[in-house]
Amino acid sequence: MDFLRPASWEEALAAKAEHPTAVPIAGGTDVMVEINFDHRRPEYLMDLNRIGDLSEWEVGEDSVRLGASVPYTRIMEDLSAELPGLALASHTVASPQIRNRGGVGGNLGTASPAGDAHPALLAAGAEVEAESVRGRRLIPIDEFYKGVKRNALEPDELIRAVHVKKADGPQQFSKVGTRNAMVIAVCAFGLALHPETRTVRTGIGSAAPTPVRAKTAEEFLNAALEEGGFWDSGKIITPSVAKQFAELCSGACNPIDDVRGTANYRRHAVGVMARRTLTWTWESYRGARNATEGAA
Amino acid sequence: MRVNFTVNGRPQEADDVWEGESLLYVLRERMGLPGSKNACEQGECGSCTVRLDGVPVCSCLVAAGQAQGREVVTVEGLAEFAKDRAEGCATGACGSAAGKGTTLDQAKRWQAGGTDSQTGEGTELAPIQQAFIDAGAVQCGFCTPGLLVAADEMLERNPNPSDADIREALSGNLCRCTGYEKIMDAVRLAAARQSEGV
Repeated sequence: MDFLRPASWEEALAAKAEHPTAVPIAGGTDVMVEINFDHRRPEYLMDLNRIGDLSEWEVGEDSVRLGASVPYTRIMEDLSAELPGLALASHTVASPQIRNRGGVGGNLGTASPAGDAHPALLAAGAEVEAESVRGRRLIPIDEFYKGVKRNALEPDELIRAVHVKKADGPQQFSKVGTRNAMVIAVCAFGLALHPETRTVRTGIGSAAPTPVRAKTAEEFLNAALEEGGFWDSGKIITPSVAKQFAELCSGACNPIDDVRGTANYRRHAVGVMARRTLTWTWESYRGARNATEGAA
Repeated sequence: MRVNFTVNGRPQEADDVWEGESLLYVLRERMGLPGSKNACEQGECGSCTVRLDGVPVCSCLVAAGQAQGREVVTVEGLAEFAKDRAEGCATGACGSAAGKGTTLDQAKRWQAGGTDSQTGEGTELAPIQQAFIDAGAVQCGFCTPGLLVAADEMLERNPNPSDADIREALSGNLCRCTGYEKIMDAVRLAAARQSEGV
């Protein structure tokens, strides 16, 4: 095994081009587990910790450019206003020690269906900034996940950052596990209200071979909210609408039975989380709306 | 490969390090510092917790090469680290590294011995270590080093933690003996003593 220590992003890209099998390591919270258990013996291990700007973020007009190695601790502490869904998801990652090291770039690189960041990224809307010596491209998050632990990266590409849309409305994240810390999700659900476009987006984790959106459920809800004039009136979501939304979210799952839970349980739990996160976010939307009107 | 880094305030060098080796392995097997414990090797148990540039991490998940040029504090250096902090001088912040910190030799010989290992009397202990002894928060002791490092860092950041704060800060450290109640007592005790300036 060779240990590569690029001192700059350009050096990292050159090294990855020269050694496409090189495994990038940043927080190490996935890679080192595999090495410790001898599940993986990469020919080259490439340390990205020396590249400082991977741990930085920029808040732009419409989105946050989040460096691939920004630790979850920073996201939950410093970005909860701009990226509330991702901040909530970050807070559910493992333990403080892991959150101090791990970042979204690793979640995307590993592309496990159980990665906590995925449902939040899908719901908020995001693009993955991938780069190689051949150039840079932005991969829409909906096209990034290709299979169990497979993503859209080319062998010579590295993830530099992820551009996450800034919240324009309430966002929520919910996750099922046996305790509050050190939990790999049995299943997880992210939901974001986008009042500016009058749309709702979702993300489902750990209930299909890849993280997925519940698109049929989104379309149903978008139409129901529009037809009922909910965005303008800010009235309570009709229980039958919430129920059907939940059922459609369950239907978007394609889960398996495994040690963490059964397929049936996952379908059921995703429905429950969909209903709850919709209620929480909608109540918060109504509250903010009423407060604005009251002030006016 | 060779790795140069600072351990407990003193520069150290490890030779013939395998590229896939963890920082934990280097500390235990090459530096002779077995205080950080090796249990799950997958970041689940927290028994290998050390400070890496001040930040609590699982040393089993840090590749040794990633520690190059960085500062590590292990439980063996915790007493000195806490003392420096109390004197308003975090490790490396004042004076040259040469005169400060814990030498490798001292660290290797470190034990909670003193004149009475039951009470910690006669030994240099960090306040959190003394609190663990006084509260009876140690049973088999395997999880203790990781808990000490994690709890000490929390008290540095948050001098007046609520019970929820303590539980969250220690949520990455598993103990299979105590049921955690005595550990909670110990951290509350350390926090109370810290705020009283004892």
